Amino acid sequence: MIPAPIVDLVSLSPVIVLSLFAMGVLILDLFIGKDKTVLVFLSLLGLFLAAVSSLAKGTGPIYSFSNSYVVDTFSIFLTFVFAISSALAIMLSVSYNKEQGIKIGEYYSIILFCTVGMIVLASSADLIMIFLGIEIVSISLYILAGIRRTEKRSNEAALKYFLLGAFASGFLLYGMALVYGATGTTHLKDIASVLASSEFKTSPILLMGVVLLVVGFGFKVASVPFHMWAPDVYQGSATPVTAFMSVGPKAAVFAAFFRIFVEGIPNISDYWDTILCIVAVITMFVGNLGAIIQDNMKRLLAYSSISHAGYILVALIAKNSLGMSSLLFYMLAYAFMSFGAFAIIIILDKQNGDNLEVKDYAGLGFKHPVIAVCMSIFLLSLGGLPPFAGFVGKFYIFSAAVKEGYITLVVLGVLNSAISFYYYLRVIVYMYMKEPEGDYQVQPSLAPFSLLVIGIAVFGTIELGIFPGPVISWTMN
Amino acid sequence: MEQYIGASLMLLFATGIAGGMVLMTSLLGPKKSFADKDEPFECGESQIVSPHQRFSVKFYLVAVLFILFDIEAVFLFPWAILFKKLGMFGFIEMFLFLLILGVGLLYVWKKGGLDWE
Amino acid sequence: MAPLSHYLVLSGILFTIGVMGVLVRRNAIVVFMSIEIMLNAVNISLIAFDRYLGQHDGQIFSFMVMAVAAAEVSVGLAIVIAMFRNKPTINLDEFNLMKW
Repeated sequence: MIPAPIVDLVSLSPVIVLSLFAMGVLILDLFIGKDKTVLVFLSLLGLFLAAVSSLAKGTGPIYSFSNSYVVDTFSIFLTFVFAISSALAIMLSVSYNKEQGIKIGEYYSIILFCTVGMIVLASSADLIMIFLGIEIVSISLYILAGIRRTEKRSNEAALKYFLLGAFASGFLLYGMALVYGATGTTHLKDIASVLASSEFKTSPILLMGVVLLVVGFGFKVASVPFHMWAPDVYQGSATPVTAFMSVGPKAAVFAAFFRIFVEGIPNISDYWDTILCIVAVITMFVGNLGAIIQDNMKRLLAYSSISHAGYILVALIAKNSLGMSSLLFYMLAYAFMSFGAFAIIIILDKQNGDNLEVKDYAGLGFKHPVIAVCMSIFLLSLGGLPPFAGFVGKFYIFSAAVKEGYITLVVLGVLNSAISFYYYLRVIVYMYMKEPEGDYQVQPSLAPFSLLVIGIAVFGTIELGIFPGPVISWTMN
Repeated sequence: MEQYIGASLMLLFATGIAGGMVLMTSLLGPKKSFADKDEPFECGESQIVSPHQRFSVKFYLVAVLFILFDIEAVFLFPWAILFKKLGMFGFIEMFLFLLILGVGLLYVWKKGGLDWE
Repeated sequence: MAPLSHYLVLSGILFTIGVMGVLVRRNAIVVFMSIEIMLNAVNISLIAFDRYLGQHDGQIFSFMVMAVAAAEVSVGLAIVIAMFRNKPTINLDEFNLMKW
């Protein structure tokens, strides 16, 4: 008899709960009519239960399934971030889907499956699990990007995302295979202990594997020079999907990136440290400079999200516990800011992608002052102005890097924050200081769910900015 | 002789299932005869056509579904080989796996993915 | 038994062929097939490492890769079909609605 492995279903409970709900939504969709509201509530319930059930195991690192699945503060916190971001995405989709005529019930199911993949990614301590998690997330996102089947831009976005995503998966996988070959194990803990003995450190197979991993992860988190797909995909996808993919999946891939590099191969950090520093710096610069010339709001936020990937890379490079907790904090803060900004874009967005240009926001400050104030809060927070969440997040990331002596990196990061204000403020200037061209026509569609999302996002952005203490102490655990 | 019992049973089952399927389709299946079907090699397409002619998108759908459900069989082979050694644990795990696959099949079925028309 | 390096070189060559295919070819389906070559090249490495290390992790990994590749193929084909319905071409150079 082969002994059965230790099956710890309690550790796995968020994944199980969400998978059951995702399948339930998929099947229920077949039996209900055109009105998909019940699926929305069922999905939200599933996300809530998943978040609650992730607390079942306490906080200590608990390994299960032959050391390939781990529950710790890192994974529990991220499970919450994923649940929140997926719930916000679902709530944003309700009125958008109605207006754009997307009557696809599977949409909600795929978002739930994607969330399952994200939780798996955040909790896996094994290369095989990480690969599976990334693929669950990516394949769901390919479908979501192309969900507007009759829209050419959506098709193009899905195709580009699919081809480049699958290409990146190839690199990632080859990197994993070489790391496995060089160390003889796929468990991150064992990889770390093998590398602690010095003889393997300079094996060319291992180093090639690490470089390929950087390339693969670079593609998946849209860091420069592998960022080309991001603006196109962000622009072409349905806006709630864009909001969704800019937060949860990105955070999940960063979690896996962090687990492999900081928990698996920290002993050879001499080799990957410099590469990642260079990647982080050019990512910040290309993201911010690229955003300056954008006129389309979705593309502007796409470049902004590229630059934010650069900031998060700084947290990863710091490799200390402060780096980890600042990474977690930044993910949560970014979720609120990004969803807030996209929610405003969505309520102003009309059929055929009108009202998406920066100039369409001219005069918004006078006609719809509340919306304009909310948008300003999100943009200033994205730029990193106190007293908003973005400032605290950046502050913690940069102090983690300073603590490890990466002074140049931090100076360049702060410089980039300053550059980023140029394009965030440009939108605000349009809202408050420019007259609209011709008649003012922008009519926001104020669905209750969208307003709820904006409310939550404003609350989160300000709350995390003024009272970051409780969340910080949770991430420090 | 004893070691051949398993093999002969296997042989019996295989012939039975294959023969049974052929028999059942010929007994139960609809019998329509038309020109295309009476061709020696019949696969839903005319035999002599320009290679540039497009063929129906329905073939793609079937191909996609086939790939999906066919590849999942890779997980069945190692399980089948170690069936006895894995015992009840393996059985339950594989049952769950097939159950999830069944949900997928139910979805495809209800959605009309298996209807040709 | 052939030494490990033979398999690794084979896998590296196949992977490079796949990468070149993705970069050079302009037909969506061919690009797609090149990506599959890349994944299968990795499978060769995984199995070779598995055999020479005398473990089973690599085999399990390659099973997972196969299953994932199948899922990817289905989604990819579905996207190509959806796209083809709106614009009857699969030449990647003609997908240029969005730039910069």
